[in-house]
Amino acid sequence: MSALHGNHHGEAHSPDLHGHGDTHGHGSRKGYLIGFALSVVLTAIPFWLVMTGALHNTQATALAVIALAMVQILVHTVSFLHVNTRGEGGWTLLAYMFTAVLVLIVIAGSLWIMYHLNNNMMAMTAGEMSNGM
Amino acid sequence: MATYAMNGEAAANPTFYLAEEESHDHAHSGGGTMIGFWIYLMSDALIFASLFATYGVLSTSYAGGPSPRHIFELPLVAVNTAILLVSSITYGFAMLAMEENKLGGVRLWLAITALLGMGFVGVELFEFSNLIAEGATPMRSGFLSAFFTLVATHGLHVTVGIIWIGVMLVQLSQRGLHFENKKRLMCLSMFWHFLDVVWIGVFTFVYLLGVLR
Repeated sequence: MSALHGNHHGEAHSPDLHGHGDTHGHGSRKGYLIGFALSVVLTAIPFWLVMTGALHNTQATALAVIALAMVQILVHTVSFLHVNTRGEGGWTLLAYMFTAVLVLIVIAGSLWIMYHLNNNMMAMTAGEMSNGM
Repeated sequence: MATYAMNGEAAANPTFYLAEEESHDHAHSGGGTMIGFWIYLMSDALIFASLFATYGVLSTSYAGGPSPRHIFELPLVAVNTAILLVSSITYGFAMLAMEENKLGGVRLWLAITALLGMGFVGVELFEFSNLIAEGATPMRSGFLSAFFTLVATHGLHVTVGIIWIGVMLVQLSQRGLHFENKKRLMCLSMFWHFLDVVWIGVFTFVYLLGVLR
């Protein structure tokens, strides 16, 4: 049974580490180096954009910086964390996507709610408050 | 294998988790470790998500105190980012050496990774002490409270990672690259790379966008 599964996952190396080794800790030297090169570029560009103000536009710079961060997070996820559709029968990827959705809801939801709350609170001056009471 | 012998009875009274275990984990002793550790990392991501959200909400609550533009030094942050990025690839080399069963290589790369981690924490502590000396303490404003909480939580994680590397170096020198140690190194790999992913969020949303504001 054990041998059957080893073959099924298609590994020839380290017989004591089949299956899980392939999905998490490993990856090829090429994969690591490509991931590293990409993340150096994806880190250098946003720092350069902000430190030199090359775009002459705060909003465009902010959008570019956020977009590059998203891409870099994906690069790290694939080439360093080795998240793929095969790991643990897909459960790694599923947990990752579920967490990503939760993270977005928590951050975007908090900002949205608190922004509107702040807006409504700030519209009120001290005078208005005492009048209202 | 016992479960297979019982399949006749199990068919009449099906149990889902047995099938799940058979198809994924039975060939690897302790096969649940990786996915379990992964789930822990995902829960850790939620801690950071709430800290990021808190920072986002409080990021303009200066209370008359300093704003990001006044106190953040991007060159210092760039150095720290570079250190952490290089430590990611050096940990990757440790994993490649592990795959080739080269104990010396694993220990060398792990030691380099730990040194880079210490450099990162050192620079961060230097930055914190500068801020506090300037009067930008966590007590100064909501913005600074949220900033210190978020960045220091990440720094604390890195510190734990360094201690873990130290423990692994001792384990490796005493027992070598046996199955359990390889499993631990793979968990530590996920932990270390995960912290790098969190740092992408920190340098983007806290430092770069803070200075832009």
